[in-house]
Amino acid sequence: MEDAIASAALILSSSLRLSVPLIFACLAGLWSERAGIFDIGLEGKMLVAAFASAAAASASGNAWVGLGAGILASLAFALAHGFASIEARGNQIVSGAAVNLLAAGLTATVGNAWYGQGGRTPQLTAAASRFEGMAWPGAGAAGAVPVVGPIYRDLVSGHDVLTYLALLAVPLTAFALYRTRFGLRLRATGENPAAVDTAGVSVRGIRYSGVIIAGLLCGFAGTYLSVGQAAGFLTGMTAGKGFIALAALVFAKWRPWPALATCLLFGFLDAAAIRLQGTAVAGLGEIPVQAIQALPYILTVVLLAGFIGRAVPPKAGGIPYTKER
Amino acid sequence: MVLVPVLAVVAAFGAGGLVVAAIGVDPWNALRELVGGSLGSGEGLGFTLYYATDFIFTGLAVALAFQGGLFNIGAEGQAYVGGLGAALVCLHGGFLPPWILIPAAVLGAAVFGAAWAAVPGALQAKRGSHIVITTIMFNFLASTLMAYLLVNVLRPTGDMQAESAAFPPSATVPSMKAVLAGLGIAAPTTPLNLSFVLALACALAVWVFVWRTRTGYEIRTVGQNPWAAVYGGISPARVTVLTMALSGALAGGVAVNEITGVQNRLLLDFTSGYGFVGIAVALMGRGHPLGVVLASFLFGMLYQGGAELAFDEPKITRDMIVVVQGLVVFFAGALEGLFRRGLARLFAARLGPGDKGETSLPARVAEPGGEVP
Repeated sequence: MEDAIASAALILSSSLRLSVPLIFACLAGLWSERAGIFDIGLEGKMLVAAFASAAAASASGNAWVGLGAGILASLAFALAHGFASIEARGNQIVSGAAVNLLAAGLTATVGNAWYGQGGRTPQLTAAASRFEGMAWPGAGAAGAVPVVGPIYRDLVSGHDVLTYLALLAVPLTAFALYRTRFGLRLRATGENPAAVDTAGVSVRGIRYSGVIIAGLLCGFAGTYLSVGQAAGFLTGMTAGKGFIALAALVFAKWRPWPALATCLLFGFLDAAAIRLQGTAVAGLGEIPVQAIQALPYILTVVLLAGFIGRAVPPKAGGIPYTKER
Repeated sequence: MVLVPVLAVVAAFGAGGLVVAAIGVDPWNALRELVGGSLGSGEGLGFTLYYATDFIFTGLAVALAFQGGLFNIGAEGQAYVGGLGAALVCLHGGFLPPWILIPAAVLGAAVFGAAWAAVPGALQAKRGSHIVITTIMFNFLASTLMAYLLVNVLRPTGDMQAESAAFPPSATVPSMKAVLAGLGIAAPTTPLNLSFVLALACALAVWVFVWRTRTGYEIRTVGQNPWAAVYGGISPARVTVLTMALSGALAGGVAVNEITGVQNRLLLDFTSGYGFVGIAVALMGRGHPLGVVLASFLFGMLYQGGAELAFDEPKITRDMIVVVQGLVVFFAGALEGLFRRGLARLFAARLGPGDKGETSLPARVAEPGGEVP
């Protein structure tokens, strides 16, 4: 029993760690898409943020400088997407695909030109250059307490600051989206921009805000990958997480609290896939890792098809808004 | 307006040149090496056309879906699963003569690619699923499915590599060198094979099909206005599934070129992102088969010349190709309306009625939220 709780706390803790980039990226997509701008470029924005933050953290030796650089890089890509979608009234899917391609190409090219290590950034060795786990008061001693001890030590305590920020971003998003005037206007812009325009509010301004918030959050997501979870940047290190976040967004039906739950579920699946690799489960035999890895995608396809519930995207999503001329 | 994609591509290459300059390489020199490496020798040209073959297939796949108002981001996964179809035929059909086995392998690739694309098509047509999201998910599903099959099912026992057994020699698509030698022309050894001719034939067939047949007309009608199509007695649901299936079948052509033409076995990730090149190619070619062929040739040059460039310039890697690709998608796709409106203003030409100058893609591609009635 004790053992079971301790190992459950460990699995849940690694699930939480794997969900952090998903939570940031999923909320990023939520802000953008609720404002009516589809964003399949989450993956790309995370990737540039991961690269920029690792490069800046290694140059400065300070993880916070890294975070700043990651956010700036992600914002630049977000603004390019915003310009194409809002100003140029271009196709948002195409623009998002361009963001992903550009990010994949640029990080590898520039990384190789700067460091000559096949696109890798130097290993972050200095303690201050990474976000490291923070032990909460009494976490070591509390471990001895039955049941609550391991949960407190492994699940509540010991994560880095970005993990707690990710968990904080959910209530903040929910509050801003549902309890503020800005949130109401943003949601209205995603459903019926003409009505927002009639009310004298700038659709352009609201949509840019959504895109910028998305860029900011992707900056956190990418920084977490290279400066929190790992100690440096590897080419293609996002490995489809941006698309899992997109799937989570659909699965959560574009709402913040379900987004958190979905990201935790997908993080748990990821942790389980790592844990179950090569081990036999009683009654089922050996589960192929790929089957668990495929689950988030299968669940999303099934949900999107309306077989369990119905996922309806914001009505004006993907459609450029043209003011009457 | 043919000028729009030309201007967009010039802008993309200009921006790419800036990136090259920023990492400390002379862009003019890089351009010279790129052109020299891709067209300067018979061997370079062979590789260029070999890459172009893949891009024609995926470009046509994306372009055909565009005509039906669908944004098929899943050409990558469809080509990958198409490889499974070709491999199954080749692995089990060793007793057949080449003139039956090779067409059967082509058919296998097309059928598997079509099936993998038809499911998202049907989900959009019958259940209103967003085709962009579904095809993205299907790319990842294809990748996990193929990884599972290659590691656990198709890999010969005792083999370390995650790849299938080698195909029988009779399954190999004849190389262009052999074909040209038969005609008395000497050509260097390159991976270029008869799949290139198949790709060109597909381009012609797509043009005839879309612009000269009844079903093609139905596809274009649904792409422009599904409600008008219903009024005209066309079922958008049926046309959507059909368009996606044909699109997936075209994407399967990549497997013919790579799996049965060059590798002679099924490999992990043999599609190496060519499905996404198809998006760039289709946007640059404005969704027209001729444009797709020309754009594919340009991308073939970029891939082959880029490989040569990466070989000579240690500061440049093949990832630079992906940068240019992204820039082309951005300028020729996302900012297309900007170029178009700018040109229209320049020539003081009036935009056509109902044309707000946003994009030249069919209306429903521009509004991916559009439901099928």
